[in-house]
Amino acid sequence: MSIRFAFVSGESEVRQALRHLRQELDQMGIGDEDLGLAELVLGEVLNNVVEHAYGEGKDGRIRLTCRASGDALAFCVCDTGRPLPGLVPPPGLPPDLDCAREDLPEGGFGWFLVRSLTSGLTYARRLGCNVRRFRVPLSRPPGRAEG
Amino acid sequence: MNLESKENGDFQVIAVHEPRIDAAAAIRFKDRMRELTAGGAPHVVLELSEVEFIDSSGLGAIVAAMKQLGATRRLDLAGLTPTVDRVFRLTRMDSVFTIHDSLAEVRAVYSG
Repeated sequence: MSIRFAFVSGESEVRQALRHLRQELDQMGIGDEDLGLAELVLGEVLNNVVEHAYGEGKDGRIRLTCRASGDALAFCVCDTGRPLPGLVPPPGLPPDLDCAREDLPEGGFGWFLVRSLTSGLTYARRLGCNVRRFRVPLSRPPGRAEG
Repeated sequence: MNLESKENGDFQVIAVHEPRIDAAAAIRFKDRMRELTAGGAPHVVLELSEVEFIDSSGLGAIVAAMKQLGATRRLDLAGLTPTVDRVFRLTRMDSVFTIHDSLAEVRAVYSG
């Protein structure tokens, strides 16, 4: 069982892609809680591509593949935008909330969420493409929606 | 961005009638919150029971909405769905906001 599709970079296109992914995962029998977490992770990764790899005024394609692999969903997300700075994904440190209200962070949660909810995250720059692979663990195996 | 505001005794309730507060919606959400909270109610409750999905941009927009209120006014949250609740707990933002199960709980706490 695998899912494979491509779309043009953009915030509303990411919304559509996530809706499509949800439908496909639902058909694979992925439970609601796991669906929610997979959508959250993919939302962060895909919006990061839109905002940073392609950025303002630049569009390009994003390719996504997903397959159920044991007790996880294995994802691969590719684009032809700018490489990650230093060719290394950010560590995704937890946001620092130990501060006054006016200094609370309004961003910087994305990579933290991705790091928290995935395993085996790798990044490679290959033939002009950014290739990210990661696994989203499943709380229960697919295909048992009826219970 | 469909937000509905009601003055409710000592506090203002803003209900989000949208399924998502995501990167595509975050700026509009922040702008609408600024408009709706311009009246100066000291205690604002954001009702999120219709919101099924929030991402890091949406979370940042809620933090921004709280900071817009300044130091003396407060923003509480109510009615978080499971995935939204998970995002607040993972980022420890549940320690920054007072989170109520429902509006009924807010009323019980503050109107009693």
